[in-house]
Amino acid sequence: MSSQTYNYLDGNAAAGELSKIFAIDVTAAEAQCAHCGATKRFAETHLYMHGPGVVARCVACQHVLLRLVNVRQRVFLDVRGMTYLSFDTTQVQA
Amino acid sequence: MWRVGTVVALRDETATARTITLEVRDWPGHVAGQHVDVRLTATDGYSAVRSYSIASAPNSEKRVELTVERLPKGEVSPYLTQEVAVGDHLELRGPIGGWFVWRAQQTEPIQLIAGGSGIVPLMAMIRSRVSAGSAVPFRLLYSVREPGAVFYRDELEVLAHRDDSVSIDYAYTRAAPKDWPRRPGRIDAALIANTTWPSNLVPTFYVCGPTSFVESASDFLSAAGNNPDRIKTERFGPTGDRK
Repeated sequence: MSSQTYNYLDGNAAAGELSKIFAIDVTAAEAQCAHCGATKRFAETHLYMHGPGVVARCVACQHVLLRLVNVRQRVFLDVRGMTYLSFDTTQVQA
Repeated sequence: MWRVGTVVALRDETATARTITLEVRDWPGHVAGQHVDVRLTATDGYSAVRSYSIASAPNSEKRVELTVERLPKGEVSPYLTQEVAVGDHLELRGPIGGWFVWRAQQTEPIQLIAGGSGIVPLMAMIRSRVSAGSAVPFRLLYSVREPGAVFYRDELEVLAHRDDSVSIDYAYTRAAPKDWPRRPGRIDAALIANTTWPSNLVPTFYVCGPTSFVESASDFLSAAGNNPDRIKTERFGPTGDRK
């Protein structure tokens, strides 16, 4: 076991923040990384929550997939790190 | 959307962890493994939000149980484990998360691996299995600091004795009971090999615990020949006040 300290969670942990914006659960959707093409459930991404917002990174290449920042009464969402999100419409409970 | 829950019961699980039962009038129902966000707001308007896994099985009573571990420097958990009283109201958002869940329709063998308070969402799965009358084989590897840190001890013991298809293994990291066969220590490949389903049964794995625990458990599982796509993880950080 290494002594490395881990400072990330999984994309699961962003479900509450994302539910402010999206009607259905984004974390169960498949997300394709715009940088390396890896396709994983959003819940499996590495999530950094220490800054003023939330940053999700690709598990395969660590490219930034999503940034979500709250500034007073506004929410800024940057998803250009993802090519697409694909949803299973049979299991869309948030 | 924030809902209001009323605290209807409190139960200490260990010296530092407490289960809070909430009644939430507009609760839409949940799936085992989901979590809620809890928001506390101070009189000056400052608010803090933390995520806590749901410990209870889905039920029709609009009740939700959360088990919260007190973190010494936590902003939220000391309040939830020491101050909150029956009759108090808490704001919650959820249920949330549709990935780290177990549904009663699943038929494959299930391997649960908990590190510390990572047991909470896995307990919801075990309880959900019971309430749904599922006969799917469940196996739990539960790694804890020492025997006094085990959550839900009596309930787990009853289950393991009553039901041949639920088996439970404990592993201790700091102090083990007298004559325990394994020396206290972190999980390792031998422990994983001896206490989890072999890869040829093609189980689904649910691993929940601190990030370092989840990293090593999933590495050992992958090294043992399991498909990483069958390993679902939920991590929480030492400073995240999570669970």
